[in-house]
Amino acid sequence: MKPFAATRSASTLLTLLTLAVAVGFAMPLLAMLIASVQPTNRLGKPLFDHDRPILAAQSWLDLLRDAAANYQNVLSSPIADFPLYLKNSLVVSFLASAAMTLSSAAVAFALARLNWKGRDAVFALVLASLVIPFPVVMAPLYLVFRNLGWIGTLLPLWAPACFGGAFSIFLLRQFFLSIPKELDEAARLDGCSEFSLFTRVILPISAPALAVTAILQFVASWNDFLSPLLFVNHQDLYTVALGLHMFQSQHGGAEWNSTMAATLIAIVPVLILFALAHRSVQDGIATQGLNS
Amino acid sequence: MATKASNLRGWIWASPFLIGLALFTLLPAALSIAYSFTDYSLLDPPVFVGLDNYREMLADPALGRATLNTILFCLFNVTIGTILSVAIALLLEQRLPFSALARLIVFLPTLVPIVAGSLGWMWVLNADQGILNRALAFLHLPTPNWLGDARFALPAIIIVSLWSIGSAIVIAGAAIRDVPAALYEAALIDGAGPLRRLRHITLPMITPALTLNIIMSLIWSTQAFAAPLIMTRGGPQNATLTYAMHVYNNAFVFGRMGYACALAWVQFLATAILVALALKILTSLSHARPLR
Repeated sequence: MKPFAATRSASTLLTLLTLAVAVGFAMPLLAMLIASVQPTNRLGKPLFDHDRPILAAQSWLDLLRDAAANYQNVLSSPIADFPLYLKNSLVVSFLASAAMTLSSAAVAFALARLNWKGRDAVFALVLASLVIPFPVVMAPLYLVFRNLGWIGTLLPLWAPACFGGAFSIFLLRQFFLSIPKELDEAARLDGCSEFSLFTRVILPISAPALAVTAILQFVASWNDFLSPLLFVNHQDLYTVALGLHMFQSQHGGAEWNSTMAATLIAIVPVLILFALAHRSVQDGIATQGLNS
Repeated sequence: MATKASNLRGWIWASPFLIGLALFTLLPAALSIAYSFTDYSLLDPPVFVGLDNYREMLADPALGRATLNTILFCLFNVTIGTILSVAIALLLEQRLPFSALARLIVFLPTLVPIVAGSLGWMWVLNADQGILNRALAFLHLPTPNWLGDARFALPAIIIVSLWSIGSAIVIAGAAIRDVPAALYEAALIDGAGPLRRLRHITLPMITPALTLNIIMSLIWSTQAFAAPLIMTRGGPQNATLTYAMHVYNNAFVFGRMGYACALAWVQFLATAILVALALKILTSLSHARPLR
């Protein structure tokens, strides 16, 4: 529907407005990108100006050299071991993503495809658990992890994902509900057990929804700042998010070009993942708004 | 046809979530209540002090400031965020040139780790070299020291938070797309202009999705503290100290776990009342189905 863009001049105006919105939202990312490829003495200046004409080949060579120097500085920084933090983030995000998807799928299977007493109560509990704010439990959660012997390991960052999460369960349940019931009956007539109904029928059909769940959890774990801040006490276990925070506080915000290069290093992996699957991820988020 | 055996199997499939909920949410929540009546430094065993922690809240000047800041943050973040996300969603659903690109761009900030986004904005808002003040100076407008000035720090944090309303835009956009075209056609025949169509068709039809957006934004806003922690550490002069940051400081910086737990519980109760109230108002505003 085009309730507003009725006339041509209105269309033009709205197109300009659309561009303004896009530029506004992209501006901080562009500012970060530009700062990350500039030497300290050019910070805050545009990429090209009369000192560095855009048409001269030398400008482009200088740009590449400066960019390489900044990113090299970050990756070989003596105060922060970014290659290690990247590895930690990758391990944590991958494990959390796999664990969350599988466990949430099992719970969602029970909520969407099985007939049992208590099902509605458990689903209500899933929704209710969304309401308990993290700050309420974060302090005692530290004590729970300490008693489990998890402080000093990466476990607090991914092991809780083995128990499913309300949002993933909700998302997968919605998808499982849309699969025709006849499929279950046919599979059962063929002598399929409940377990193989789950692994051989429901899971393969639901590959797109599983992928969305996995990607959203990967991004959430990659971006998580509070859990590493609270539960990780050793620098060898830092994730990229926490390492970035530490890197910036140690610099005192002086070297903006290195800080922005480090920031880009933290962002790019998530953007690549998103680029591979952005349509399905946005659809997954949109289903939150639909009533069941 | 729920039999005893199938009931048991249902509980087994759902057990990961139930165990996780008990271990990582209910147990810490219960511990939190218990510790809120104690003096607990994490190093020594807790000492029972009755209601002292709750009494102390009344005489904690930083808490007053933190509560005020959190209320202001919630108020502006939720109202501006809701209006902005609906306006942008309406704009981006007009199927104009660049709409698809703009939809992609407004969603990108939600993927950026909060540490990275906060650092990027610190650069954008940088008093001397930041792109925002350069633009303001170019237009001969005042150039405040955004994060260093107590009057501008909280508004700056709100702007940063508004940058990542992409999920709300996606949800509102999906709801707008789902409005039946027949309704608009009928309104056109009746001679309803664009504003009346917005007021009497679009807004009522997307109210369930907006309710979800508003409630999520409200819950999230009451818990905000990662961005101010990174960008200003609550300063200058506590101008950006939020309630959740005060909880964090007490638990993990000042070593006052008991007081932090009492603070967290008061926050939970206040948030629950606020959310229940908001839900009641929102559902009475619309004749649409209640949020499920």
